[in-house]
Amino acid sequence: MDPLIIADRRFDSRLVVGTGKYASHALMQAAHEAAGTAMVTVAVRRVDLKARGAESLLEWIDRTRIFLLPNTAGCYTADDAVRTARLGREAGLSHWVKLEVIGDERTLFPDNVALLEATRTLVKEGFVVLPYTNDDPVVCRKLEDAGAAAVMPAGAPIGSGLGIQNPNNLVIIKEQARVPVIVDAGVGTASDAAIAMELGADAVLMNTAIAGAADPVLMAGAMRRAVEAGRMAFLAGRIPKRRYAAASSPTTGLVTPGAPQRS
Amino acid sequence: MRIQLNGEPHDLPGPMSIALLLERLAIDPRTVAVECDRVVVKRARYAETLIQPGAEVEIVAFVGGGGNDTISPWIR
Repeated sequence: MDPLIIADRRFDSRLVVGTGKYASHALMQAAHEAAGTAMVTVAVRRVDLKARGAESLLEWIDRTRIFLLPNTAGCYTADDAVRTARLGREAGLSHWVKLEVIGDERTLFPDNVALLEATRTLVKEGFVVLPYTNDDPVVCRKLEDAGAAAVMPAGAPIGSGLGIQNPNNLVIIKEQARVPVIVDAGVGTASDAAIAMELGADAVLMNTAIAGAADPVLMAGAMRRAVEAGRMAFLAGRIPKRRYAAASSPTTGLVTPGAPQRS
Repeated sequence: MRIQLNGEPHDLPGPMSIALLLERLAIDPRTVAVECDRVVVKRARYAETLIQPGAEVEIVAFVGGGGNDTISPWIR
């Protein structure tokens, strides 16, 4: 598949996956392998001082092949998100951040005003900012103008598995964007990922759809193929939709007459 | 002396470096990031950065997550 380029970096997979909700680190590692991913997101949290000697998540991620993308999940203000991004930079020694500023606990929709503010701050500090946002073309354009290295519109609420709720908006976002568009959140099954890619998304990010599947490793493989199939279909250029049939066999030389004339 | 460590009161025998605090807590410095009074401390400066009485220290690490956590890292 053609590589994905974000900022100055090349990725040989267009499937970005999370590291949460897995029953074990070993299962997560196997799912990452099956997904063929080149980038995973991780959250930044306070160390549990009572659980000494707990194994580090990082031991289960092959950083020679997988790029670590710290996120600011769970942050509700621009300040908290900026603070978390700075800590993530120090912990991961990378200046990339998947920026989330959540505006509502129930929907986990972003607070786009605070998100824009945090994007500006972090871009000034030299971060490569990948903001999670709504499927709103105007907000995506503003984030790009603020210096975002990619935009990450949600297909549907985080963890909902509802699939791409507004395909038309995604197409508009992609048409106007000069940075990569990564559909982040909402994917439930392989066809959802394929649809996102067929619409022209540059990549898809998911966590729950894989980690929450009955067989996460099998689903990871399905997602890998769906993302590849969707990308190939997009590049191939689909046929236009039409209301009526268009025969694919010759309509002449039939041994029997064709369709009866309606009177 | 008393400090706030990850949001909880924590007693230390006296002012000490971040390097020493991590050692006392049996935390591998390579796996965490540390903030002292809301400023991130570079790993290279753990040995020389002293924690003063009343300091607010945060020690964080990467955990599994996609974008589905509702719990803020900064529980108030």
